[in-house]
Amino acid sequence: MSQKMWTARARESWQKNLPIEKLIPDTQPSYVASWIYVFGVLTIAALSMIVLSGLILAFAGPAWYHTSSFGHWVNSLHFWSVQLFFAFMVIHLWGKFWMAAWRGNRFKTWVSGAVVFVLSIATAFTGYLIQTNFDSQWIAFEAKDGFNSAGIGAFFNVTNLGQMLLLHVAFLPAVLGLLTLIHVLMVRKRGVVPPIDADSSNTEAAK
Amino acid sequence: MSKVLSPKEEFDAKPWAGKLRKYDILKEGTIALVVVALLVTSLAFIFGSPDEKSLTFKGWAISNSDNFYATTVQELAGTSGTATYGRPYNTNGDGLNVGPLFLQKWAGVTQRINAANDFVIEPLMNQVQSPEVKAALSQWSTATETQRTKWATTYDDAITKVEGKLSAVPNGDYGPVPALANGLTEMAKAGALDAALLSQGGFFQTDSTKQILFFGDGAYLDDAGTAANLQGGTWGMMNETGRYPGQAWLWLYSFWYQIPPFTNEDSHPIGANADVYIMVIMGLMSLGLIAMPLIPGIRSLPMRIPIHRGIWRSYYQSEGIKRRKR
Ligand code: HEM
Repeated sequence: MSQKMWTARARESWQKNLPIEKLIPDTQPSYVASWIYVFGVLTIAALSMIVLSGLILAFAGPAWYHTSSFGHWVNSLHFWSVQLFFAFMVIHLWGKFWMAAWRGNRFKTWVSGAVVFVLSIATAFTGYLIQTNFDSQWIAFEAKDGFNSAGIGAFFNVTNLGQMLLLHVAFLPAVLGLLTLIHVLMVRKRGVVPPIDADSSNTEAAK
Repeated sequence: MSKVLSPKEEFDAKPWAGKLRKYDILKEGTIALVVVALLVTSLAFIFGSPDEKSLTFKGWAISNSDNFYATTVQELAGTSGTATYGRPYNTNGDGLNVGPLFLQKWAGVTQRINAANDFVIEPLMNQVQSPEVKAALSQWSTATETQRTKWATTYDDAITKVEGKLSAVPNGDYGPVPALANGLTEMAKAGALDAALLSQGGFFQTDSTKQILFFGDGAYLDDAGTAANLQGGTWGMMNETGRYPGQAWLWLYSFWYQIPPFTNEDSHPIGANADVYIMVIMGLMSLGLIAMPLIPGIRSLPMRIPIHRGIWRSYYQSEGIKRRKR
């Protein structure tokens, strides 16, 4: 009977695919020894800083940082976290490209990462629109034409502060966070991709 | 999908059976977080962040009152950027298209704007006005649509003819238009238009569409954008106010705006519809990035160009891998 239960099936499938030893391992294949592996983790760290500083800004309201010097500093934290986030993510992306890290059934990992990349650009963009300063006036007026021309502006109105504000602090980060989580869980489930020139002759020797 | 996996594909997909090394994932994560937190904190302390005050209608009307006045006349005449825009604001233009795809038109009017009413008449009506402006408002509201357009376009043409130099505009039958434009300019100079557009006759307000569009119809915002190096034709999309890094990740999107035919508004069909062509190109390129591992040629680049030998150098050395195996 129990095999038919959703709950039991979900639990068993999780345990089979992603046991705790895989989720938080204490060993890695010997080839996981390169500075490039650090950039995925650094991207997570920068994203965490974005969320943290963003939460403070959200609590105090969108115009707070114009008048409070502490607020401005928190805004600076948010700003630089974003710059670092993109820098780390782009290095990570190029690294994964040159490692052809989609090999061995890891296509979906690549796809989730690339979707996160595109979505990050959209999320950052909405952030620029809700600065409530000259920059956001300018960007809203300029950017509307591109979106309108493709029919997107009819639903995603960059000149509507309220809509952009809510998307930036609620919907987009929620989706981004979820996709990032899925991305990382997929990596843990499949393990880190072996080097391009490694094959069974390299693992035979280890036995 | 019953494709046969190559031995290498199968090997890559299987759990690693070779040598292992110790790896403390939680420790690494914590160190990364601390390092990034320190880095961000220092950057924030040393460089701060840009925050240039927003511009106002008051600032516009005071610093360039002729331009504000002339823009108001254009809104009444229906010749401004917003009034002639088309979807999603009105049906006064067809918008852009890619071949037979009129995406802009098809998406319809979702944020209706009547430039004359929303930008000029309503804000004037929502304020206590001088007898002159009151009289002008009632003359305007009792006139026919044709009459209104005639007054406003005649005046607009006269202003254009003298290149915006208001003092040089000859007398003519402009009806209530000069009084209305004057009324709105005075109102803007006093700072009342910012508030009137913001409230739009209501209490709560979260939609800034009308302010932004009216604001961009004149020269004030555009001049400020040029002064701050933000114009799209000169990579401005990636720039930030002041000496700060901007949205560098928009470089590819920005790139198309720097090269022909996209730079030439008069070249048909692409230059004249540059916005939508670039949108489509970037959409397709994003899909290309997502599906990169499926694209022949590109997906085999990492095997051909041996950057991976650098990445896995210590592993290749310890395993004595000299040449790429097939
Ligand atoms: C929010 C953004 C992202 C975060 C937080 C993130 C995080 C990570 C982490 C922690 C790993 C494992 C460690 C490592 O190899 O670095 C990883 C692996 C991977 N990432 Fe990302 N990533 C992001 C975006 C991307 C992007 C934009 C791509 C490519 C388009 C991508 C492709 C991959 C691939 C293919 C792997 C698997 C590597 C393997 O199996 O060896 N990721 N990611």
